[in-house]
Amino acid sequence: MLTTLTMPEKTILHKPDFTHTPSVDQVGIIERAARFTKRSIKNETKMNGLLLSLNMIDLTTLEGKDTDGKVKQLCYKAIHLHDVFEGLPTVAAVCVYPSMVAVAKKALGSSGVKVASVATAFPSGQSTRDVKLRDTRYAVQQGADEVDMVISRGKFLQGEYNFVFDEIAAIKEACGEARLKVILETGELGTFDKVRKASEIAMYAGADFIKTSTGKISPAATMPVTLVMLEAIRDFYYKTGKMIGMKPAGGISKSKLALHYLVMLNETLGEGWMNNQWFRFGASSLANDVLMQVMKARTGVYQGKDYFSID
Amino acid sequence: MAISRLEVLKTYKIYIGGKFPRTESGRYYTAVNKKKEALANVCLSSRKDVRDAVIAARTAFGDWSSRASFNRGQILYRIAEMLESRKAQFVDELIRQNSTTIAAEKEVELSIDRLIYYAGWCDKFQQIFSSVNPVASSHFNFSVPEPTGVVSVIAPQDSSLLGLVSIVAPVIAGGNTCVVLAAFEKPLCAVTFAEVINSSDVPGGVINLLTGNPEELLPYFADHMDVNAIIYCEKNAAETKLIKEKAALNLKRVLVYDKTNWVSEDGQSPYFIMNLQEVKTTWHPVENIGGSAPGY
Repeated sequence: MLTTLTMPEKTILHKPDFTHTPSVDQVGIIERAARFTKRSIKNETKMNGLLLSLNMIDLTTLEGKDTDGKVKQLCYKAIHLHDVFEGLPTVAAVCVYPSMVAVAKKALGSSGVKVASVATAFPSGQSTRDVKLRDTRYAVQQGADEVDMVISRGKFLQGEYNFVFDEIAAIKEACGEARLKVILETGELGTFDKVRKASEIAMYAGADFIKTSTGKISPAATMPVTLVMLEAIRDFYYKTGKMIGMKPAGGISKSKLALHYLVMLNETLGEGWMNNQWFRFGASSLANDVLMQVMKARTGVYQGKDYFSID
Repeated sequence: MAISRLEVLKTYKIYIGGKFPRTESGRYYTAVNKKKEALANVCLSSRKDVRDAVIAARTAFGDWSSRASFNRGQILYRIAEMLESRKAQFVDELIRQNSTTIAAEKEVELSIDRLIYYAGWCDKFQQIFSSVNPVASSHFNFSVPEPTGVVSVIAPQDSSLLGLVSIVAPVIAGGNTCVVLAAFEKPLCAVTFAEVINSSDVPGGVINLLTGNPEELLPYFADHMDVNAIIYCEKNAAETKLIKEKAALNLKRVLVYDKTNWVSEDGQSPYFIMNLQEVKTTWHPVENIGGSAPGY
């Protein structure tokens, strides 16, 4: 069926028929996702999990009102999460609009924190292929280490899977060395079956990461929808041997929820994915909640927001 | 013989964020009267209930503190109205908790009056305690009271209703939100009072009410970093010391009302409001017209 694809042969590991992706057992997924929240996590493990989730955060600011100053402040926070607590990790990356990439790159310097940039007419993706490619190249030229693209949900829902596939592949090519995260915007896809299908299209087209949401649409990341994507990654890995990263984004603002996600990740994909090379949280306010938990664990005292930097 | 009706007993639950949950710990204790007869099973709250209540209080603070003072006065008056309409129930509960009929009626009436008293003060204490300050430079310099934030309240242990109302009313009249620990041995009126609050236009989270053991919960009320002040009413030197030490962690205001007789006139005063205010001073540059010194 996929002989109509126009991509070069080398990027197509298999030629699946995207009209026949596996269907998802909705009730089963929801039940299973709920069960991950019931695990007993002991204190030491909890602390390790909290530190790990800090290290997996893509600290994000994607607002029309973003300024150089705001981005610099965010970058400072990315490196100095809470200096009172020595030896804290940094976050994984700072995620900004393309116009802010240069500012972020300069502010982060040699800290090791990556710069991720959204691109391709984020968040709607309603633009031409040409504009999206130039948007991507601009972000990469400015120094973005990672590119977060959005898929064309309209085309996807129309059933034009080849269009979506080609677009992702073209953006991947434009990224060059930068790692590509593909945002499915699951809140607009409607069913788990479509999430699964979109995940497969993205992975076969060359995504390094698949990501749930832009954060602009509700619902954003949920545990069930993330589980569907994790299972797609697992099946893809079994078929091709290629690891794909996962990034739930939007709505994860409490450390308890972050720990639930880590449990789900560990039990679905295993330890190989338990690092920021393969898993990220797209979040802006999660960091402070995790920091408050970390400080609670260390001091035994419930913490207040007044004593943490504004996010 | 007709079958006598089985009375439906009320479950005394705690009040957090405008909802009546049970304690997350699942524990309870039995409140008894003087004759050791069981009155009710009451939630024995845990530190996690304190945590949840503080979050609710902090969330509610922004809206409550920024409302017009006049509106806060209206709402306090509304609490008094609701309390008046449920007077009989409070009298009944006070009697069950060892009070005499006359004393019970007096206590409820005084509680209602006290709410009216503080309802009136809501939009007036600011004028009394504000000032325009004389300064040497050409600045308009003025000081105004602002609410301090979230307040921990350990309600007086010997009073079921009046002590609670006398302390909570000035706290919220000043725009603060609070987490209250009810009297351990006399918790009935406190929980019923929470029901009154819940039907009085008080936004959820402005007053949160827990029942439980002060000895167990005091440390958490005193050292929580997101609490700005704590009120304690017992003559207990050891506990007062503990509170002061733990409160020092984030420089909470510590107010010990261990000599106050809530039944007397001393039980009400605008200073109870002012004790939980921060004074903010503003230096506003003004033109020094004609080189004359400012008139104040």
